[in-house]
Amino acid sequence: MTAGAGRFGEWLPSAAVFVLVIGAWEGLSRLLNVQSFLLPRPTLIAGQLIELWPTTLARGIAFTASEAIGGLLAGLVTGTLAGLATARWQTARETLLPVGIAASTVPIIAFAPITINWFGPESALPRVIIVAAMVFFPVMVNTIRGLTQVDPAALELMASYAASETATLRKVRIPNALPYWFTALRIATTLSVIGAVVGEFFGGPLYSLGIYITNQTSISDYPKAWAAIVLACALGIAFYVLAVAAERLVLPWNAARETVR
Amino acid sequence: MTDLQPRSASPAAASRAVVEAAGVTKIFGSGDAAVAALETIDLSIREGEFVSLIGPSGCGKSTLLRLIGDLTAPSAGDVRVNGKPARQARLDRDYGMVFQAPVLMDWRSVARNIELPLEIMGFSREERTRRSAELLRLVELEGFEARHPWQLSGGMQQRVAIARALAFDPKLLLMDEPFGALDEMTRERMNLELMKIWGRTGTTIVFVTHSIPEAVFLSTRVAVMSARPGRITKIVDVDLAQPRTVDTREDRRYFELVTEVRETLRRHEPQGAIEEVEADRIRAEGLG
Repeated sequence: MTAGAGRFGEWLPSAAVFVLVIGAWEGLSRLLNVQSFLLPRPTLIAGQLIELWPTTLARGIAFTASEAIGGLLAGLVTGTLAGLATARWQTARETLLPVGIAASTVPIIAFAPITINWFGPESALPRVIIVAAMVFFPVMVNTIRGLTQVDPAALELMASYAASETATLRKVRIPNALPYWFTALRIATTLSVIGAVVGEFFGGPLYSLGIYITNQTSISDYPKAWAAIVLACALGIAFYVLAVAAERLVLPWNAARETVR
Repeated sequence: MTDLQPRSASPAAASRAVVEAAGVTKIFGSGDAAVAALETIDLSIREGEFVSLIGPSGCGKSTLLRLIGDLTAPSAGDVRVNGKPARQARLDRDYGMVFQAPVLMDWRSVARNIELPLEIMGFSREERTRRSAELLRLVELEGFEARHPWQLSGGMQQRVAIARALAFDPKLLLMDEPFGALDEMTRERMNLELMKIWGRTGTTIVFVTHSIPEAVFLSTRVAVMSARPGRITKIVDVDLAQPRTVDTREDRRYFELVTEVRETLRRHEPQGAIEEVEADRIRAEGLG
């Protein structure tokens, strides 16, 4: 069996379920004559998507995506660095980890109005900060776990080579942490889109997806709101797929090992 | 005290000591919870020897090996390797280590696993490639250099671990039950291969095992240990002909030596068992 056939077989069931759900949605909506302000039919949403794409949605998704990407990158960098520092220095572990845990319990979204107050609703910065704060914690925790949950025998092996801390970090701890880090990346990609869209509910440019969704629902134009929601979903899925692709690219051995075991 | 020098006039007797342990004691924990893993161990291992440490679990055989490798420090006494304190010998990279688990890095190919110590020790790329190719030949794994550890059988993985330990040409090889997780057939084949490697490299080997036939087959001397506290009760000289081959296992002397090691182990067993029962009784009566 070729790898291509295997991958196709892997995706087929979920693709079938997806098509079935959309089909049932469309069919039942027509059959039961569901009003479009309650739940618009998929074809209606698709029509809105095509119609609104050139005028508003393309600009909206670009803006929301830039917020999500900006926040994602900021959160990944700070979370990874905090994780490295925490795993490397005992004092950092004792001071940073409680702060990190405390910070993770704060409902970050509640800070959206405050960050908007700081930078103004037109700026992307309030959402970048929100997304970065949401992404930071899972990235830090997974980085620490990957760096510290190392086979003790591997550390003894490095000790037997009189390897320096830096060499141990580079040859054992970081490679060991990479699968954990990529798991965090997957979580972070979906969080980033949620953070950006929900952050926009509290204020943002008129064309941003979050504001567009709230405005259309307030004037009861639900098919338009749904079109923007579908687009936000697509953005999240695209990010996730990119994260998985990046993982396969960087850690080919990990994917191969999983298929063997 | 046990006679620690080889009784027979082996050529090893003339060479210098690679490992010298004097009055080595290792206590784990403190106060009432303190357990003496090893008590006043004296052991001298000469260049080119193959010494096995054998005993029941809890006799401290692995601890003794780890003390030689400076992976743990003695509570009392002195361990010297190549005439230096064990710590200095470790810093000088005087020994290679093989654990019970192969401890291979999944993200590295077989060749790159063997090259790991060479990378850390700053060998050039050409030198690393040359050595890993040479070692793959030594452990008979040519053609597997690009594979990853999880694609190999347990025996092959352990051969990679041995190649890695030998990569930087250490004068001493410390092996902690390296074949303990393998099935009997694979273990016997690995024993033969280890004998070939030992014959070709001349490395001094300290080998921890709980298999009596394995210890007798491989060793020039077998240090028989007892538990609670861990002590060397007897050193059995293995005067079987070199090189050891499949025929060695048919030798009458081989069976005699296996019996001798087994009986030495058994002689010290009842006492340990009684001590254990006694300890349980004391604990049960709340006297401990």
